[in-house]
Amino acid sequence: MSKETSLYLKDFTRGILKENPVFVALLGMCPLLGVTGFIVNGFGMGMAAMAVLVASSLVVSLLRNYIPPQVRIPCFIAIIATFVTVIDMVLQAFQPVLYEALGVFVPLIVANCVILGRLEAFSSKKPVARSFFDAVGAGIGFTLALVLLAAVREIVGHGTILGPDPESAIHLFGPNFEPMALFALPPGAFIALGLLLAVVNMLMKRFNI
Amino acid sequence: MDRKLVVSTSPHLKSPEDIQSIMTDVMVALFPATLMGVLIFGYQALVTIILAVVAAMVTEAIILRKGNLFGDGSAALTGLFLALVLPPSPPWWVVVIGSVVAIAVGKHLFGGIGNNIFNPALVGRAVLVVSWGAHIAGDVWVRPQPFAFMADTVTQATALSTYDFSLWDLFIGTVPGSIGETSALALLLGGLWLLYRGHIEWRIPGAFIGIVFIMGLIDGGFGMGLYHVLAGGVMIGALFMATDMVTSPVTPVGRLIFGFGCGLITMIIRLFGAYPEGVMFAILLMNSLTPIIDNLTLPKKFGEVKRSDA
Repeated sequence: MSKETSLYLKDFTRGILKENPVFVALLGMCPLLGVTGFIVNGFGMGMAAMAVLVASSLVVSLLRNYIPPQVRIPCFIAIIATFVTVIDMVLQAFQPVLYEALGVFVPLIVANCVILGRLEAFSSKKPVARSFFDAVGAGIGFTLALVLLAAVREIVGHGTILGPDPESAIHLFGPNFEPMALFALPPGAFIALGLLLAVVNMLMKRFNI
Repeated sequence: MDRKLVVSTSPHLKSPEDIQSIMTDVMVALFPATLMGVLIFGYQALVTIILAVVAAMVTEAIILRKGNLFGDGSAALTGLFLALVLPPSPPWWVVVIGSVVAIAVGKHLFGGIGNNIFNPALVGRAVLVVSWGAHIAGDVWVRPQPFAFMADTVTQATALSTYDFSLWDLFIGTVPGSIGETSALALLLGGLWLLYRGHIEWRIPGAFIGIVFIMGLIDGGFGMGLYHVLAGGVMIGALFMATDMVTSPVTPVGRLIFGFGCGLITMIIRLFGAYPEGVMFAILLMNSLTPIIDNLTLPKKFGEVKRSDA
């Protein structure tokens, strides 16, 4: 493996586990807690955020020598907002159900700390190729966290996977199962996140990640 | 070599009190209420109590990896408390999950005995109410049938959703409600025992019950004031739950504030809220304020001067 490839690989994998934006950096809590009632919503949110992250990361990295450091944050926000508007319209046009379910959290990607954090810490200082791999890695890490939390909440709180659409929803425990509604409610999101963080930290310590 | 001289470090005077003796005292105090619950609601109440206690003890033994099921008695007590604030006959799995949550989440996730922020039994009940409200707070209240141990159960509305029970029935406990909360008489006996043994102090229950009475009085006259004190969970909450020594303030003024807050939130939920009963949420909310209350009401140390005066 050439030196360059291993560098890219490192940039890519770092965001998934070692510096996972949610489990390690605790960023992006707002969409994380807001849209993880169902796995489908969590995955959709992750994909939308990842698209914005990768696109804005590329642009910021390309422009990194032309953005004056004094006004870098407004510049980042303007770039992010552009892509968020695109994603917002794409979702509205092609995925109206998901768009409806995500609600205000799609426009709120503008203020997503995961994206702003990667731009500030990485893309604004590193070349385009490395920024791309870093953004994809962080995006996958964020999506992974969203899907994991949504899985816990949907399986325990609703007893289904692939809900809320009744046509695709699979009831895991049969019709007599009474789900633990706490996890479907907002406080349950905090409690589930806390328990999940504890488990992830325990595993990371065990395997020295 | 005979040991005529014992050399040890201080403290040399030790209280004979330990966790186990306190837990035993509280269990003795809860005995009248438990007995009344079983007499009034029959064998199903007894089954619920045994289930909750055993599940709590097994959970504690698994978490602590100890073979001794009874341990220091605190898990059994938490299980008993949980059962006493549940309706007489919820499904068995609801009771077991409540006990497991109370011990595992309410107690051991916060660091075990003495470190929990919230009353573990109430944490268990809160999770059950939010998750399976239909089994815990819905149409589940059983008509009291004193001394009819094996009778079939008939459901009935609680004292806080209809307000048409006599004060005497509320005092004795022959009204629908949670297993241990209905009999004010039995709870008072237990509370007096705890007061006599020095495990609780008049301030928290006094302020709690006082403010509930006053707000009931303002709302509907003297009778309504007494009704609010005797009905629902105020008695068990004020005497046993709010006075839990781990989760309530230690300063005298802090205890008054704590009891006042519990009573106020209870009555706000009862009179204006969506739930008929608010004791559980009131105590849990005030539990979370306990460290702040303790900090703000620290008594002045002897000889201490304010920094600005120095």
